[in-house]
Amino acid sequence: MQPVAITQHTLTTALGAGRAETLAALRAGRTGLASKQFLDAGLQGWIGEVDGVDAVVLPARLQEFDCRNNRLAWLALEQDGFMAAVANARARWGAERVGVFLGTSTSGLLQTELAYRHRQPDGSLPEGFRYAPTQNTYSVASFAATALELAGPSFVVSTACSSSAKVFGNAARMMAAGLIDAAVVGGVDSLCLTTLYGFNSLELLSSDICRPWDAGRRGLSIGEGASFALLERESDAPQGWLLGIGESNDGHHMSTPHPEGAGAIAAMQAALVGAGLRPGDIDYINLHGTATPSNDAAEDRAVAAVFGTSTPCSSTKGATGHTLGAAGGVEAMIGLLALQNGLMPGGLNVQTPDPELRLNYLRVNHEAPLRAILSNSFGFGGTNASLVLGAA
Amino acid sequence: MTLAPMFIQGIGLLGPGLPSWPDSQATLRGATPHQFVLTVLPAPPRLPPAERRRAGAVIRLAMAVAEEAIAHAGVDPQTLATVFSSSGGEGSNCHSLCETLASPNPLISPTRFTNSVHNAASGYWHIAVGSRHTSTSLCAYDGSFGAGLIEAATLMHMNAEPLLLVAYDLPYPEPLNSVRPLPDNLGVAMVLTPAPTAQSIAELRVEPLPARLAAPVDTCGDASLDALRTGMPAGAALPLLQGLARGLDGAPREMVIEYLPHLKLRARLAALGV
Repeated sequence: MQPVAITQHTLTTALGAGRAETLAALRAGRTGLASKQFLDAGLQGWIGEVDGVDAVVLPARLQEFDCRNNRLAWLALEQDGFMAAVANARARWGAERVGVFLGTSTSGLLQTELAYRHRQPDGSLPEGFRYAPTQNTYSVASFAATALELAGPSFVVSTACSSSAKVFGNAARMMAAGLIDAAVVGGVDSLCLTTLYGFNSLELLSSDICRPWDAGRRGLSIGEGASFALLERESDAPQGWLLGIGESNDGHHMSTPHPEGAGAIAAMQAALVGAGLRPGDIDYINLHGTATPSNDAAEDRAVAAVFGTSTPCSSTKGATGHTLGAAGGVEAMIGLLALQNGLMPGGLNVQTPDPELRLNYLRVNHEAPLRAILSNSFGFGGTNASLVLGAA
Repeated sequence: MTLAPMFIQGIGLLGPGLPSWPDSQATLRGATPHQFVLTVLPAPPRLPPAERRRAGAVIRLAMAVAEEAIAHAGVDPQTLATVFSSSGGEGSNCHSLCETLASPNPLISPTRFTNSVHNAASGYWHIAVGSRHTSTSLCAYDGSFGAGLIEAATLMHMNAEPLLLVAYDLPYPEPLNSVRPLPDNLGVAMVLTPAPTAQSIAELRVEPLPARLAAPVDTCGDASLDALRTGMPAGAALPLLQGLARGLDGAPREMVIEYLPHLKLRARLAALGV
């Protein structure tokens, strides 16, 4: 594929708001996870809650969108000059030629979960409950398009934990096909009860902090996060490049990856083909690395099948938690920070490396100039997406 | 038009008073008035028994129209990339989860949680047909069919590979029904190919068009059918299906299809070779 310029990008997770705070936390090897409850959920575990989401006040013109997910989206949009960059793109290309493609898994569902606690005597939802701008899966893209005053094509991709990786593909294809000249991509997922209790019901939630690639890993820690990237047809000053994207399906099981990572292998290979690169051209791999026993085992086999076992790699979910539908975008932005700063972040929380896993898994930060990285995102329903990103 | 043409090779349809593609032709042509009769969702025969037991209404609806479309097209479903699009997935499952989560001891069912992901229908379909092809699951609220159609057209333009488009919407029970009223289940599926085949039905071209430049969105004529078009996101496909049901002997049929408030889709249906 034709490389696509990434002209601005930002992310907000439990590590901090914006790129500088994220980079500082990565350099320090600090986790954003904390052992605490979300609301009154009586679940023992660690969560990656973003500071200050509750205190976010949306501008009056965006009030109808008010919910935790869109507050988190707004907090992220305010960082790193992102809205100013979009305003420039809107002026350059025209609002109708800039698309908005975002990933989320649960959108503003928390709003509905809480509304069900406060049903009126006749069973109806509390007054003022608004479905379309909060609960509906599309609400975050509708919010972003409204906030950024964009009028191009838009939709949400909701393929569980690959959602916000896949949107890079939607945008790149629409740009290549000539329908748009620029796009805002990324994703937002915020903490809610469905995912906390849901992963708990599947026994995939760790009571300990998540430990990707550890022999004693017991599952994931859920985080929340938001990321946005501006892709443009041309740029004099790109901050990085989208070089390739590969997408596939396992066709195997709804909530367990294919044991040999067959679909993941296909996604990584397709991403390399799209980028016109060989496995040896990839300097660092940001793994999906959820810290469930089955994901890390299958991903280890899949990455080894494509790259061998020497390419440096790590999962950053020990730092951010698993941000679910936001993870693909969050980790793409971490990949861009890695490229810009020559920093391969070490995977946190490993006590005893799993001897069954063979990849060159980094446990501490390594610094080296990086030219190209690959980021993996896999999800329920057997969905797989791999991105190849290049240095500016 | 910017995007390459697509060729419709198979159609699936299931909704109130629209029991299948062949059995809906007279209604879509306007020969018989539309009657609102609640849909009956069949069990998905292709799923392995374990998955069939877990398959809720969203799986049954999406798979019913997908099955009809591939049977009509006479294609091997393993060869197809897929685009699934829905406004809200399975409303009754969402309601049940929210009810449980509002209770003092919220222990939710792992199957309900797994089925709550927006890509549940895609996941079950790819398991059922054993396909590792790329698949996406989209949402654009009332524009969800339009989102699926423009994504399908873009994928076709870029990859020139056959694909299956499935748009489906299901109602919420109360109390969500009051804030998002959807009258019943409605699913539409199409098998689309990049080049005409012996089984092709028609050529379809699509492009986005700013609402300020577009003619009004095409309506269905029949008031009951038009209420489905406006009342169900997947109903946005009905003018397209009406165009096919009425036949394409003359000039190509141009129409405007609902997508977003500020952006519509211009669609052009043509007979093969025209």
